[in-house]
Amino acid sequence: MPLSIEEVRHIALLARLELDEEALERYSRQLSSILDHMARLREVDTSGVLPALGPLTAAPLRPDEARPGLSSEALLKNAPEVEAGQFRIPPVFEGE
Amino acid sequence: MEVFELTLADLRRALRRGDLSAGEATRACLERIARLDPLLHAFLYVAAERALAEAERADRRLRAARRSADDLPPLLGVPMAVKDVLVVEGMPCTAGSKILEGFLPPFTATAVRRLQEAGAIVIGKTNTDEFAMGSSTENSAYGPTRNPWALDRVPGGSSGGSAAAVAARLVPAALGSDTGGSVRQPAAFCGLTGLKPTYGRVSRYGLIAYGSSLDCVGPLARTAEDAALLFALLAGRDPLDSTSADLPLTLPDLEAASTSRPLRGLRIGVPDEYFVAGIQPEVEAGVRAAVEALAGLGAEVCPIRLPHTEYALPVYYILAPAEASANLARYDGIRYGPRLAGASPQEVMARTRGQRFGAEVERRIMLGTYALSRGYYEAYYAQAQKVRTLIRRDFEAAFERVDLIAAPVAPTTAFPLGAHRDDPLSMYLEDIYTLPANLAGVPGLAFPVGFDDQGLPLSMQLMAAPFREDLLLLAAHAYQQVADWHRRAPRLEGGAPQN
Repeated sequence: MPLSIEEVRHIALLARLELDEEALERYSRQLSSILDHMARLREVDTSGVLPALGPLTAAPLRPDEARPGLSSEALLKNAPEVEAGQFRIPPVFEGE
Repeated sequence: MEVFELTLADLRRALRRGDLSAGEATRACLERIARLDPLLHAFLYVAAERALAEAERADRRLRAARRSADDLPPLLGVPMAVKDVLVVEGMPCTAGSKILEGFLPPFTATAVRRLQEAGAIVIGKTNTDEFAMGSSTENSAYGPTRNPWALDRVPGGSSGGSAAAVAARLVPAALGSDTGGSVRQPAAFCGLTGLKPTYGRVSRYGLIAYGSSLDCVGPLARTAEDAALLFALLAGRDPLDSTSADLPLTLPDLEAASTSRPLRGLRIGVPDEYFVAGIQPEVEAGVRAAVEALAGLGAEVCPIRLPHTEYALPVYYILAPAEASANLARYDGIRYGPRLAGASPQEVMARTRGQRFGAEVERRIMLGTYALSRGYYEAYYAQAQKVRTLIRRDFEAAFERVDLIAAPVAPTTAFPLGAHRDDPLSMYLEDIYTLPANLAGVPGLAFPVGFDDQGLPLSMQLMAAPFREDLLLLAAHAYQQVADWHRRAPRLEGGAPQN
């Protein structure tokens, strides 16, 4: 099932990936061939089969208590732009 | 014997006896890295000064405790390498990606911390396919690693840097991660013993997430004995990883492997589905000969069926990219890494990600985003999760009849660099024998069983029921008492590889 350039453009938007026309064309070709291979899954009868969610063992419960973690200073150290102890980003709403 | 020739277990003994100091061991590794890594490119970062300072501290403790060395941490003064997807506080970590260029982790992964608490010295970070996505280490944004057995070949991946570093005797052992075969396949391509533990056996805290329901941290070592030593230290419940298992650890009794017929009572199943068209004949012959050798050690061998094996590849390449597309959403140019300018947060994200992610990462993010998107979720993601259940059931049924499953690790020995360029699907097919263990959560071990006519290592994979790593390590250790493939080393200084 070939993926059109437009479909690939939409996926790239959802995935927040800015791609040029050449990349869109290449991924349309490559993803189509990969999805062709995946289509074989449809031949498996999975009626009544539950999805394999979760790990092999149940996670033990723990009390819901606050614990010390990394300081915000340590967490902000790797950010490209910081202001007043916060991540700085371009404006979300224009003209305010 | 030169320092670099010592296995982890030998080195540990030598340090405790005082035959060798941690400083000497660390300097020997650093000297070898400086001389040989320009050929291999196994390391992305070498922490020379920090390692030497830690070695000095280890030596003070070793000298002070010489008469009561039993109380010392088990790996005190042993240098090791860590795949660059496990964070170590204060050591740059990129996961092989330009999107994390310059990232300095503020904490240390539990697996690494456990080794450090056991006295190990992290000497550096090793190369990896970007975010562990690949089977050759060619997807590293910092250039490929080369196979010490043949420099025009890949070391496998994604833990190719760790595998090459251990195979070339730059370090005695290293940590890797295995989401679809990334410890076992490079171990196979480089002639090493590599363990993917049961899902949940080793904490994933501080492992940069790729496919969270599949990711496992495991050791790459030269012998099963060394892998067992590391596994014993890595395993265990970690409150910082809610999926880590709270189960008692069974350790193999390796002493028992030197008795006659040490594998008596063990049943080994050989699945037909793992010997199919496309497998290199020498790979199949190597596995079959090794199975014979295990039978000679007392194991009982019988054929078994794992009927859904052929679906492991499509299931994996839906589920892993789906999980990756969610996990990699955090690389947004806002919280860490470099940022490309944009007029809105959306533009910053899309531009930074589009510029800084490599092609394979973009491909998997797109594939995963598609599989999770409205209209396709049921057909792809939900169906893949159901088939994953069937794959798990195959293993459950098999392990009612047998204790171990013997199989190849990969269809071929190490392939030339560039062999799968521009054909991602053909690269994915390299993983067909390792993916099922990740999907089922069961442990798998790769270890060397010979060489092909090009002088490249042949390998076998054993798989066991969940939390039975002890059986894998026991069988491989027993094999290594009667075989010597694991003792052979590539010759890197002039001439063809030696075997």
